[in-house]
Amino acid sequence: MKLDPERYAKMTREALPHSPVLKDCLWAFFVGGTICLLGEILRQSWMLLYDKELAGALTSISLIFLSALVTLPGWYQKLGAKVGAGTLVPITGFANSVVSAAIEFKAEGWVTGVGARIFIIAGPVIAYGTLASWVWGIVYWIMGKL
Amino acid sequence: MTVRNGDTVIFHTPPIIHTWASAGGKKESEGPLADAFDLLFPDTSCGTSKWEQAESILQQKCVEHCLKKASLDPDQIDLAFGGDLQAQCTASNYTMRAVGAPYAGLYGACSTMAEGLCLAACFAAAGYGKQVLAFTSSHFCAAERQFRTPLDYGGKRPPTAQWTATAAGACLLSPGGKGVAVHSVTFGRVQDYDVHDINNMGAAMMPAAVSTLMHHFDDTGTVPADYDAVFTGDLGQVGSGLLHRQMLAEGYDLANHRDCGCLLYDVGNQHVQAGGSGAGCSAAVLCTHVLPRLADGRWKRVLFLSTGALMSQTTYLQGESIPGIAHAVELRAQEG
Amino acid sequence: MQYIWAFVVGGAICVIGQLLIDYTALTPARILTGYVVTGVVLSAVGLYDPLAEFAGAGASVPLLGFGHLLAQGVVSAVDEIGLPGIFTGGLTAAAGGIAASLVFGVLAALVGKSHDQS
Repeated sequence: MKLDPERYAKMTREALPHSPVLKDCLWAFFVGGTICLLGEILRQSWMLLYDKELAGALTSISLIFLSALVTLPGWYQKLGAKVGAGTLVPITGFANSVVSAAIEFKAEGWVTGVGARIFIIAGPVIAYGTLASWVWGIVYWIMGKL
Repeated sequence: MTVRNGDTVIFHTPPIIHTWASAGGKKESEGPLADAFDLLFPDTSCGTSKWEQAESILQQKCVEHCLKKASLDPDQIDLAFGGDLQAQCTASNYTMRAVGAPYAGLYGACSTMAEGLCLAACFAAAGYGKQVLAFTSSHFCAAERQFRTPLDYGGKRPPTAQWTATAAGACLLSPGGKGVAVHSVTFGRVQDYDVHDINNMGAAMMPAAVSTLMHHFDDTGTVPADYDAVFTGDLGQVGSGLLHRQMLAEGYDLANHRDCGCLLYDVGNQHVQAGGSGAGCSAAVLCTHVLPRLADGRWKRVLFLSTGALMSQTTYLQGESIPGIAHAVELRAQEG
Repeated sequence: MQYIWAFVVGGAICVIGQLLIDYTALTPARILTGYVVTGVVLSAVGLYDPLAEFAGAGASVPLLGFGHLLAQGVVSAVDEIGLPGIFTGGLTAAAGGIAASLVFGVLAALVGKSHDQS
């Protein structure tokens, strides 16, 4: 065959269909922005009742609850298939990854399925976020000693 | 005498595919081949709560329908060759638990239909069995939860991705009789051109298709124009484009090429990105589109390839490239 | 005005993610992990807090904000209890989001079933 991996890599790169970047970005901007706007409305409402820190936590929890509600009938998937990063990057996307895994792996049991695999997508986010914060904690602690 | 020429077995007395059946899911029932399916399951759960089980039921109904069309009992099957995409081929294992005939499980990923046909044809031609079954299936949901993400996870597919068909196909072969003749079969060699993108399977499998096509043309002394059509399994739009370019570079004009992944769905309108894939894709196109046209004489001679990507989730995550394979079956209408 | 900035900043952060998806070979899982770690870093160098003040939920709702939350948690815990705070601070601050996802996930699994996408 008149083909080698290097030439083929070039050939496949050239044959890649282009993503409609502008359209993708508009979807991401408007849907992502809307979710954040909803978050801001919730935050301002919670701030009427509680201090800023607690209101922030309650905002996250409310959005996670709404995401679970929308995931349940399969709507978050339908939206995400269109929107891409707009539904992926907000905390509702994080919640969707946890909720969808829980629903999906129920078939393999509550402990070995749901329990073991609920964070199969969100796990790396929690793991590396916590690790990074630990590293920052050490740096911050040393900075305080200097 | 049956001869072995290169990688190709050319049958002296071609075995006959005398009966076939197909089953499809919801998206398939909305596609261009919908009317040609024997069985359609708009509810792809097939009445169960587990997707793996749903695939097995889809497959089992397809096999049973094929036996019914041939007026055969499961006991009359001398050997069944079958496989699917689930780990350890469980859909087929559970189908054959219910059917009960002698069974050899295959794993050829999306090439399983052609692989099974090649083996069944050899087996029947050699006289080792009077009724030999080849079947396969895939199920979008079973594949998605095994290879990608939970079904309710909201993710966007890249435009090179392919849609796993929810479909099954089954063929019954005999040493003689009426139907579509298998004149020769070419077993493929594994080809790996260092493609790592799991969302571009068409590109990963394309070199395997080229390799098998060239072996087949060499071994049989034919050119693409000798066939009414040359089918590839599921390269999709991206892989098909690459195939045309590469075959042209090798000196073959594939003007009469069609890809099962682009036939099963209306690629522009059914949101399947680059086209269909999955073992059931080429099986369904074979049983709904190819065999009927050979049976009624609209076509005389067809070359049918199924292509498979042979990685696993584990080797992929370990950074291995994706090896591909393709097997070819030369089908002819019976004369007279 | 706060609402407009939440919309614009939140949307813009999502657009960056979309550009990464379209122009790089990064998988969504890697992009999200990158977002959280970047959030920790931006918070550590003092850039994220002003953005959060300015854009509110536009900065806290995207996953960058999750990283910011972890980093802030570590800072206040170290301020309060010293070195052990590097272990307790991050997850304490993030506990609400993680536990809420877990609880609503399991509740959803109790009543829901997975859907074919076709």
